[in-house]
Amino acid sequence: MVETVVFARPQALAPVPTHYCPGCTHGVIHRLVAEVLDELGLAQRTVGIAPVGCSVLAYNYFSTDFHEAAHGRAPAVATGVKRARPDLIVFAYQGDGDLASIGMAEIVHCANRGEKITVVFVNNAIYGMTGGQMAPTTLPGQVATTCPLGRDVSLAGYPIRVAELLATLRTPAFVARAAVHTPLHAVTAKEMLRRAFRYQAEGTCFSLVEVLSTCPTNWGMPPVEATEWVEKNMVPYYPLGVFKTPEGVDRAPRPAPAEEG
Amino acid sequence: MPQILIDRDLCKGCELCVNACPQKILALGQEINAKGYFFASVVEQKRCIGCRLCCITCPDVAIQMRVSGTMYHYFAY
Amino acid sequence: MAKKLMKGCEAIGEAAIKAGCKLFFGYPITPQNEIPEYMAHRLPQVGGTFVQAESEVAASNMIYGAAGSGERVFTSSSSPGISLMQEGISYIAGSELPVVIVNIMRAGPGLGGILPSQSDYFQATKGGGHGDYRLLVLAPWSVQEAADLVQDAFDLADYYRNPVMVLGDGLIGQMMEPVEFRAERTPCKPLSPKAWAATGCNGDRPTNIINSLFLDPEVLERHNQKLKAKYDLMVRDEVRCAAYGTDRPYEVLIVAYGTVARVCSTALDDLREDGVGAALFRPITLFPFPYAELRAAAETARAVLVVELSTGQMIEDVRLALEGSRPIHFLGRQGGMLISPEAVAERVNAICAGLRAEVRHG
Repeated sequence: MVETVVFARPQALAPVPTHYCPGCTHGVIHRLVAEVLDELGLAQRTVGIAPVGCSVLAYNYFSTDFHEAAHGRAPAVATGVKRARPDLIVFAYQGDGDLASIGMAEIVHCANRGEKITVVFVNNAIYGMTGGQMAPTTLPGQVATTCPLGRDVSLAGYPIRVAELLATLRTPAFVARAAVHTPLHAVTAKEMLRRAFRYQAEGTCFSLVEVLSTCPTNWGMPPVEATEWVEKNMVPYYPLGVFKTPEGVDRAPRPAPAEEG
Repeated sequence: MPQILIDRDLCKGCELCVNACPQKILALGQEINAKGYFFASVVEQKRCIGCRLCCITCPDVAIQMRVSGTMYHYFAY
Repeated sequence: MAKKLMKGCEAIGEAAIKAGCKLFFGYPITPQNEIPEYMAHRLPQVGGTFVQAESEVAASNMIYGAAGSGERVFTSSSSPGISLMQEGISYIAGSELPVVIVNIMRAGPGLGGILPSQSDYFQATKGGGHGDYRLLVLAPWSVQEAADLVQDAFDLADYYRNPVMVLGDGLIGQMMEPVEFRAERTPCKPLSPKAWAATGCNGDRPTNIINSLFLDPEVLERHNQKLKAKYDLMVRDEVRCAAYGTDRPYEVLIVAYGTVARVCSTALDDLREDGVGAALFRPITLFPFPYAELRAAAETARAVLVVELSTGQMIEDVRLALEGSRPIHFLGRQGGMLISPEAVAERVNAICAGLRAEVRHG
């Protein structure tokens, strides 16, 4: 009886254990990206960019070439690599503190220039590596070490919806939001990542997939409960779906409808 | 017959697979692995339906699935 | 190739292209705007790529990315912009990447002014970013020398796998002078293929990782020692300086670099005519600083006059070189005010007068 392996570690993922906390879904997202790179046959000419954050050590976890980048600067580094070697597949793997806080200018302008790179944006609503501080995506009322009484929107403003924000840019791009807190969500997330990398491989446009992710350690809850927390709290605030496609008709710039009465 | 293989030393005992298994045949054992985690193991291999949900949800690629004979996949992955 | 009248900024841009550089990432800032403008116009003509970044912070990370993929790349900016690039430069040095950075200095601190200055000497030579790293710093005093040093900078950067800074000022950037680009130019250092570059491992080599993160202190210490060894090599092999008028006896040695040295060389001619014994020592590499050469030049002088467009920064290295063996005088202007040859000559005469007075008392 022939025995076939149906599910195993993708080639593009190095055969090493990771430092991520138990239940942290960074690991799932790493695997999905690696699987997509394998399936599209891109790994051999891929260069990843790993900026500061829990996922900086991604450069040890993928079996592709990598650049470590300064905090928030991955989109700029990716621009440098892609402009120098347009034949390479370039992806930046960023956290929410990195992309939406210190690196906001870099991501907005990278998207606006239409750099033909792919950004895997992991949104876990907190700073992980540094021990649980408030991030630009920390939810209203969510407790973090720098908002111990919960995020006070009158002081820290509301969490930033990056996918929607980038979708308003006129330059063609593929922008989507997915999640990995259940296997079904992970399958959909993989499809989004596949589309994103395919757009890059075809040289079509800038692509970004925001992936909601868990942080059991800094949320202070067991991994399974953390996945439920994503479903109950994050998905309502960060709706999943495709926000912008290169083929899509650009939203005409028009002011919000006038409030009646 | 699908077969689930859990790499005991890659598992961090996060229980995501235990939660995801529709057959509820996965559980954390009493033994600890090299890192000191109680690692997951298959309680009733026979009742595994080969859906791969455990493999997909595992953050540490600790779960491999092998099949002897042909296998119908419920969904493309 | 015939001489051509060019503005400093444009000569610098053309020099980079002559050095085979096809990539420029920069940002507008006076007084170096003509460099990005020139590159935006010229690079497409040579199959190159120009990108205007959203900030100098981004630009410094873009050149990091491009250099990491093994391509020659350069950026330029001016003082405040170079301040924004410091983190990127530290990463570039820490990851051992070859880049060329041109700083057309302007008056500071803060927003300061847009006129020439030399007030970034410390930032350039003592490291503006964090960590034990050094930039090889070249200071041209003419548009021709700027063009030559930019071409050398690419070879030095590739050879040492380290950022190299060409430190000009608003004068060099904005003035026009005849420039000649030699058709054939041999690299000033032996160059080897960049096997370390991250270009996609293509299945035929282990992965290359461009990185400056070493969480294990022992590994990071070894890394620092490796970088230090490089800088020691630069100190041993890359010192460049020039001396003028040291073939005849002199009492006062003027020490200046860049355009200020040219002002001083004019003053030298005037002083010679008045029979005053003066000479000029000009560091060209600011790191590695020519300590030994300066000590030798000051051997027969009785006093040294340091002239800078700052409140005195290179003077500290002059002190290190002379170790108190000579009185050191300072003449400096700031804010974009320039120093005239007459001012230099006047100060030299005052010093000489002082020396003679000492002799009478002595």
